[in-house]
Amino acid sequence: MRIALFVTCLNDALFPQAGIATVTLLERLGHTVAFPAAQSCCGQMHANTGYAAPARQLERLTEAAFAGHDVIVSPSGSCVAHLRAHTGLPAYELSELLVDVLGVTDVGATFPHRVTYHPTCHGLRMLRLGDRPATLLRAVKGLELIDLPEPEQCCGFGGTFALKNAAVSGAMLADKCANAAATGAEYLAAADNSCLAHIGGGLARHRGAPKPIHYAEILAATGAPS
Amino acid sequence: MSRNLPIVAITPFPVAAAHELGDAQLRANLGRATRTIRDKRARVVAEVADWEPMRDRAAAVKDEVLDNLAELLARFEAAAVAAGATVHHATDAAHANAIVTELVKAQRAESVVKIKSMATQEIGLNEALEAAGVTPIETDLAELIVQLADDTPSHILVPAIHYNRSQIRELFARRMPGFTATSDEPAVLAGAAREYLRRTFLAAKVAVCGANFAIAETGSLVIVESEGNGRMCLTLPETLIAVVGVEKLLPRFADLGDFLRLLPRSSTGERMNPYTSIFTGVTPGDGPQRLHIVLLDNGRTQVAQDPVGRAALRCIRCSACLNVCPVYERAGGHAYGSVYPGPIGAILSPQLTGQDAGFNKTLPYASTLCGACYDVCPVKINIPEILVHLRQTGPKPAAERAAMSTLSWLMRDRRRWRAALRAARSGSAPLRLIARRHGGTLRRVPWPLSAWTAHRDAPLPAAESFRDWWRRTHESS
Amino acid sequence: MNLPELFAERAGDYRAGMHHCTEAELPAVLAGLLAGASRVVLPAGIAEPWLTGLSVPTLPDGTAPLTAGELDEAGLSVLTGCAVAIAETGTIVLDAGPGQGRRLLTLVPDHHVCVVRDEQIVADVPDMISALPDPTRPLTMISGPSATSDIELNRVEGVHGPRRLDIVCVHP
Ligand code: SF4
Repeated sequence: MRIALFVTCLNDALFPQAGIATVTLLERLGHTVAFPAAQSCCGQMHANTGYAAPARQLERLTEAAFAGHDVIVSPSGSCVAHLRAHTGLPAYELSELLVDVLGVTDVGATFPHRVTYHPTCHGLRMLRLGDRPATLLRAVKGLELIDLPEPEQCCGFGGTFALKNAAVSGAMLADKCANAAATGAEYLAAADNSCLAHIGGGLARHRGAPKPIHYAEILAATGAPS
Repeated sequence: MSRNLPIVAITPFPVAAAHELGDAQLRANLGRATRTIRDKRARVVAEVADWEPMRDRAAAVKDEVLDNLAELLARFEAAAVAAGATVHHATDAAHANAIVTELVKAQRAESVVKIKSMATQEIGLNEALEAAGVTPIETDLAELIVQLADDTPSHILVPAIHYNRSQIRELFARRMPGFTATSDEPAVLAGAAREYLRRTFLAAKVAVCGANFAIAETGSLVIVESEGNGRMCLTLPETLIAVVGVEKLLPRFADLGDFLRLLPRSSTGERMNPYTSIFTGVTPGDGPQRLHIVLLDNGRTQVAQDPVGRAALRCIRCSACLNVCPVYERAGGHAYGSVYPGPIGAILSPQLTGQDAGFNKTLPYASTLCGACYDVCPVKINIPEILVHLRQTGPKPAAERAAMSTLSWLMRDRRRWRAALRAARSGSAPLRLIARRHGGTLRRVPWPLSAWTAHRDAPLPAAESFRDWWRRTHESS
Repeated sequence: MNLPELFAERAGDYRAGMHHCTEAELPAVLAGLLAGASRVVLPAGIAEPWLTGLSVPTLPDGTAPLTAGELDEAGLSVLTGCAVAIAETGTIVLDAGPGQGRRLLTLVPDHHVCVVRDEQIVADVPDMISALPDPTRPLTMISGPSATSDIELNRVEGVHGPRRLDIVCVHP
């Protein structure tokens, strides 16, 4: 299948590994990935911060960039949720694409580590990803999936919330980090690098806490040295 | 005038919240309370097979009310008047307070007994009555605690949740005439309130209440409660004054069927609250013989004109959204600077007053948009959507506006965007050297991003952007 | 579970005292429940046969209506029937009809005994609304004794309304 990748502006600039992993994984599964270079940002950040006009321009730009593609995948739950609400694009979050469209739950990955999974608010409540990511992770060879306490609690990121309401955001982050650390996992996985940047930034200050990782990177891993 | 309304924040939310976060007792009480109620709610909601269709129906009924507000108000008034009530219309808080004060004075009452009511808190009725020499007596236990402490409520449903039992015992000993108990058992404290208020109820001439629902078809008012103080106020005094927000209407009596199933389960997590009173006008020989209904607008008609924001008027004040809100759980009710706290407060207060009032413009930002509130709302108010709508229509700082438009300008052109990514990468090269010490993240960066590094390390631009990687690996051939 | 069973379970969940009997046993059951009262308040139109076993004096609400002050006397119980009962929530609904009386009769005394017949029990709130003969009469829906959770969320039964609620289910 020919699949267009919406990598998202954040991954493009700060976390290219998530995009690279998505491409690697899909190509390994025998699919062709396209990357329309005219893409940048879906407009979510502008819209949620209160700037409707630039958000609309970016939504239209994204629509134009992906015109003619039947299947679009993105390794970001929040951006997929935004595209779904504000554009007519056929966008899928990675686990939706794998489980619902491609019908795979075992992607042939190997990742011999203890992993806990944070479901993220957009994945949980806007996209209703349910147990799709966990199903995919459980099929990974060598991976031990450990339940995260209070998984449905927001990590406190919320885009500019983290800056505008730094104190409350920090308090929410502290609770999320404590729950993550309590699992004893080596990695905390999630479907959104925005939340992961925030949680990971907090975990970096805890000794022995799990390391943040996008779950696409786990699904792309084969155990071979990269 | 509007500056002093109890729905206007006088401190920016982030400042007030940061202050409240320092109160360990408050955080512990709130955390325990919200957790307990939300677990109870989840259990009793799971029992109801048709919960989701019921939410849809309830939302549709409330939208029908907002679409036909004037007509339904007229129908309600006609029915209530025919049943013996007197109906008044109040455009704003001052008007409503003046009407109520006048009515109380006409009965020569020196005090009134009150049932917990958000509408009367919204208009600051207690303060207005006191200014006119009338003593308002809150009869709901939590409201009584808050009133005796000269404090303000911190939660819609459990307003004194920020007090623990020993604080309450100490407060009663100081402020409640005749209180002698030495135990701080909740049953003993509740018993003391019963004794204290019983004398008050038997002597009361005038009661003031709100209403959970007002039925246009029959002119009936519906009051949902637990303790029986409501029944006392609705039954014993000769005169009853109900202050009812115009959005409390339901078109038909039969509509109550869904709402009385939705409200208690969403609110206290019970299948049904202990007492619900439904009354229509005046019944000879039974209950108050004078019933005044003050229909309160106070900005509601205005809000009903906003195609997105109007959904906030569906609210039935169950407080389910507070109990699931991670921001409320940590900041507490007082941080919102309004009698309406939590997610509903963040969308209702700024709409009722306009975002320019006080610091109400900071309320739509008091959320991560996590969506937990929308999931539990029994009338399906899409609170995150309204928060975003209010951010988009509200005032914003000029520097932020400039930054956002520059950013979108960069993002709208692929050459500009690629150049920006490269510039960010080379500009951050020196930082990357520093960051190596912390495993690739930054511990401190300059303002304005210092707000970020106060609580967490910051990521750095990648050494190679995704699009450069793609060009290198997929487009070179 | 049929409606009367569900009603009994749910009302019991809210710590109403639950009692079961046949029509023939009813007077004796009521006499037992009311034996500790100083006097028994009776609404107008109460079924005379219910009273045949009573061993304590009665206080009927008649042509001279009882006042709140009189009803505040210590030790009073009040005996009523109901208009409808709701199985899903264990709720009894009074509509001030015969045998139920004015609202303050079931509010001021500290003990309320209510008789519910199987055929009065409906499934849920919407059914209750259709079963009411006249929704504009003063209605009181009662689910267990009055309660508060205002102090540290501890449920305390009995604040201002009757602290004890006994429900007698009459089965055919
Ligand atoms: S907004 Fe919804 S959940 Fe919140 S108090 Fe109102 S009705 Fe309840």
